[in-house]
Amino acid sequence: MLNAKIPSGPLENKWADYKGHCKLVNPANKRKLEVIVVGTGLAGASAAASLGELGYKVKAFCFQDSPRRAHSIAAQGGINAAKNYQNDGDSVFRLFYDTIKGGDYRAREANVHRLAEVSTNIIDQCVAQGVPFAREYGGLLSNRSFGGTQVQRTFYAAGQTGQQLLIGAYQALERQVALGNVTMYSRHEMLEVVTIDGKARGIIARDLVNGQLERHFGHAVLLCSGGYGNVFYLSTNAMGSNVTAAWKAHKKGAAFANPCFTQIHPTCIPVSGDHQSKLTLMSESLRNDGRIWVPKKQNDTRKATDIPEEERDYYLERRYPAFGNLVPRDVASRAAKERCDAGYGVGSSKQAVYLDYADAILRYGKIEAGKQGKSNLPESDIIALGKEVVKAKYGNLFDMYEKITGENPYEVPMRIYPAVHYTMGGLWVDYELQTTVPGLYALGEANFSDHGANRLGASALMQGLADGYFVIPYTLGNNLADEIYNKAIETSHPAFEEAEKAVSDRIHQLMNIKGKQSVESFHKRLGKIMWDKCGMARNKEGLEQAIREIQALKKEFWSDVRIPGEINEMNTELDKANRVADFIELGELMCVDALNRNESCGGHFREEYQTPEGEALRDDAGFMYVSAWELKGEHQWQLHQEPLNYEVIKPTQRNYK
Amino acid sequence: MEHYHMNLNLKVWRQKNSKTKGDFKTYQVKNISSEMSFLEMFDVLNEQLITEGEEPVAFDHDCREGICGMCSMYINGKPHGPWQANTTCQLHMRAFKDGDTIVVEPWRANAFPVIKDLTVDRSSFDRIIQAGGYISVNTGNAVDGNALPINKDNADNSFAAAMCIGCGACVAACKNSSAMLFLSAKVSHLALLPQGEPERKSRVMNMVAQMDKEGFGACTNTGACEATCPKEISLTNIARLNSEYLSASLSADK
Amino acid sequence: MTWKQVFTSSVGKKLVMGLTGISLVLFLIVHAGINACVFADLANPNENGEMFNKAAHFMGSTVLIRLMEIGLFAGIILHIYQGYLLTLENNQKRAVGYAVTYKDGSKWYSRSMGLLGTLILIFLILHLYHFWVSARFTHKGLEPVTYNGVEMHNMFGLMKATFSEWWIIAVYTAGCISLAYHLAHGFQSAFRTMGVYNNRYTTMLTSVGYAYSIIIALAFILMPLSFKLGWIG
Repeated sequence: MLNAKIPSGPLENKWADYKGHCKLVNPANKRKLEVIVVGTGLAGASAAASLGELGYKVKAFCFQDSPRRAHSIAAQGGINAAKNYQNDGDSVFRLFYDTIKGGDYRAREANVHRLAEVSTNIIDQCVAQGVPFAREYGGLLSNRSFGGTQVQRTFYAAGQTGQQLLIGAYQALERQVALGNVTMYSRHEMLEVVTIDGKARGIIARDLVNGQLERHFGHAVLLCSGGYGNVFYLSTNAMGSNVTAAWKAHKKGAAFANPCFTQIHPTCIPVSGDHQSKLTLMSESLRNDGRIWVPKKQNDTRKATDIPEEERDYYLERRYPAFGNLVPRDVASRAAKERCDAGYGVGSSKQAVYLDYADAILRYGKIEAGKQGKSNLPESDIIALGKEVVKAKYGNLFDMYEKITGENPYEVPMRIYPAVHYTMGGLWVDYELQTTVPGLYALGEANFSDHGANRLGASALMQGLADGYFVIPYTLGNNLADEIYNKAIETSHPAFEEAEKAVSDRIHQLMNIKGKQSVESFHKRLGKIMWDKCGMARNKEGLEQAIREIQALKKEFWSDVRIPGEINEMNTELDKANRVADFIELGELMCVDALNRNESCGGHFREEYQTPEGEALRDDAGFMYVSAWELKGEHQWQLHQEPLNYEVIKPTQRNYK
Repeated sequence: MEHYHMNLNLKVWRQKNSKTKGDFKTYQVKNISSEMSFLEMFDVLNEQLITEGEEPVAFDHDCREGICGMCSMYINGKPHGPWQANTTCQLHMRAFKDGDTIVVEPWRANAFPVIKDLTVDRSSFDRIIQAGGYISVNTGNAVDGNALPINKDNADNSFAAAMCIGCGACVAACKNSSAMLFLSAKVSHLALLPQGEPERKSRVMNMVAQMDKEGFGACTNTGACEATCPKEISLTNIARLNSEYLSASLSADK
Repeated sequence: MTWKQVFTSSVGKKLVMGLTGISLVLFLIVHAGINACVFADLANPNENGEMFNKAAHFMGSTVLIRLMEIGLFAGIILHIYQGYLLTLENNQKRAVGYAVTYKDGSKWYSRSMGLLGTLILIFLILHLYHFWVSARFTHKGLEPVTYNGVEMHNMFGLMKATFSEWWIIAVYTAGCISLAYHLAHGFQSAFRTMGVYNNRYTTMLTSVGYAYSIIIALAFILMPLSFKLGWIG
């Protein structure tokens, strides 16, 4: 079933060879080919824009009121590229190597190498679009370092890199809309993939303003619908981020790969109470200068500032002297959990650790005083100078922290705790980003391909844009070259009719339950099961229990959910119900996958499989494969394994010590 | 920071759809924590309404971290509520006290018609961008990112303008329902970069024409937009847009 | 982009307001300067408005200045017409208003330019009736006066007679206060509209604008008041 279609030849030539030999579609024929793009984040907007530029007839869909709202916008820290502008030893190979290693050797070499190759083009393209990256005084691009790497290869625009990149892609997209190459459908949600003769040929979408179902034909369908972190209810994802598009594809036969690989981001603002609706990330870049610690004494109730230096445990620096506070996300998150579980947590919930800027403020203050030629300044003045520097670098993040918590992070250390942030798993795709359903593609976070079991910081933006700008324009053409003889299919075709009826039936079924419990309450319960039993640490017993609980929850949902309002009008509860119903099914698959993977790697930590020091213990002999799950029936999946062949890199235990 | 709980009266605009007339409805919510965000308080209200068999209040929101620009409530006479440089989703209930009455209205402007309750249609902003808010560079056309050094001040000012989240608070705040701050942020963002140079004149002309077509008012420099902007986009951008517009019209061909 | 398209766009319409506004700002300086001649009386009790009358005569009898006067009226009319048009159009952009209006973000006078302009217009009509109509057409209340063999109108006398009643002084004062607030916003706004965006100049122009508004208004209020209180005349 799984053919990854990885080109033969040496790793560094694969992509060039592919591009040199793939089939092309001539411009006149491109105009006759229709492409559907679902989602307008970095992957979707860049794909829709690029395909529009090439001349394809594109229809783009997003559930938000404008394509510019997609959650890529919230990415803060930056985007990696192997430019080596800093002359610090970076190269395509090193970016490739870091990404594979960061992913704990569970990603495909060929895909990751291609990603590293096109990373440099992305920066060029974005600069040309007017993305205002941070610059040095000489007018050249500035870089910073990020977790899991030892070079400075991250390009950024203050703490709003995702926003700036998305606006760049959005502008390119709107330009194509203006030129008539792309038709934009905002406030639309894809609710079904239409397949004809085994090929994806369109979608059924619901207009979220009037509730009408619409049929849309496409010679190919691209899912760029992001990740499924909201299965945990609380995550750093946007409220609307959902798995529905990907899940519909899965139900139509697309294999779902590595669903249990979820990334828990170490630096988020801790939960403040039951009312919490989402979690807010503090950019990983804060770990560049901040130091993470907990008290050496258990259940220490003193204020952070009252705890003397010698009674603080800078546990990351202690455990990982080489990388210190800059270890990869999965390592940092687990270390925080370990400390909190052992009773060293801080704050009222005890589910938090300190991220302290006092040292950085002092250090920057001294540098600044030196620059200004002032010696013998009193410490308070040095601190004031240092705060200014920190404000210039991280001001917006500090402001955000203060707004949410009401605490001033310039005076007291921030409290942070890990939170669900990104999902490495997703629809299985081959080298061409095609799923197991011909004509159906998955780009960006929606696919599984590049990050293995753990994603490095500043790599998600890189992958989304790589897929959309530089990969899909080639790989889609290679497949659409054979479609030029196929005219657009009328949406009166029985397959469309059937698909629309299925969607309509399901909506009616949901509305007719008329139970007692709100959609939100089900979502919260699902989230709790997932976080407790399939979160930062998992074990066999817990996962088995989670599967039973989720199956029961599904039954309860379908018999007791209450959705007020009507079908044919704006109905945000119905929108949510559609999504939560899919999350419940996905949750089960995630547990099934986690249960199958009897090893620990990256974001997947099985308590039964760890080294004596508590590090993840991989089992390369048993699990060096991609788990691709095919849906066989309710609660039934068949596992297909795609073996991962490392031709260039030799997997070792990740060592950040 | 002391945490506390409060009971509140909410006066919320309810409107079934764009064709019907709406009116205010008053609700009580109890035991609201000062730690909640404003939208979490609305979540509580909506759960309460669903339990009572009423339709929940429709409002736009997505990222809930102040960056997507989707949330859009006019709270007690100010877009995004009482805090400065803030979005509704980042407004926290610390801003209110027990017994307060909070009036919540949708963005009001002809160019932002109400879809339902507090949800409005801001697609006019997308059409303004379509009129020229971009640099015409197809994928693959780019030169090396460092080929063209950019003066740091210009890059920083460009970024400051590009921080606009397109929420529409400027329009909601303006007595003329003018979209000039939004428009000028985009014009400034691109005019300050050498990459934006080739289309500099046509961009400003076309975008202004589209803004007028969408039914936004003219700018009278009152500064209400700047005062309410969650990203503190400066009024300077409007003056820069005027300058761009003037120079483009003076050098126009016909 | 044709001129028509430029000047009928929202930015262009404002440009008309700004340009005419600035020309009126310049006119007010000249007006205040000429009128300030009445204060020559303070230095020389025997002056009896000679300096002012001569200045007024010069303004009224010089062809170039009469031509500029036509331009001035065109500017005023355009400013008024466009001002009302803009206010009307802008008000129509929000068919359903707010229950609570947003006040904190802007100065009341910046939001009330239409109202202030209307108050100024009412004052202006009265003012033109008092002096301009009389000087140019009806010569009502104007005595001839001769200096160095040249006969001219005794505008000084007309002023003195006009500013003998308190209600007129009250209306003039109200008009000048409206003018001050109108200018406090209009002055800097005009420059912004004309595209002055450098902080260096906008900060300066805002301060100059406030100073100008206060000085001009005070200068004009002082004249009727000085006549009434018998400081001059």
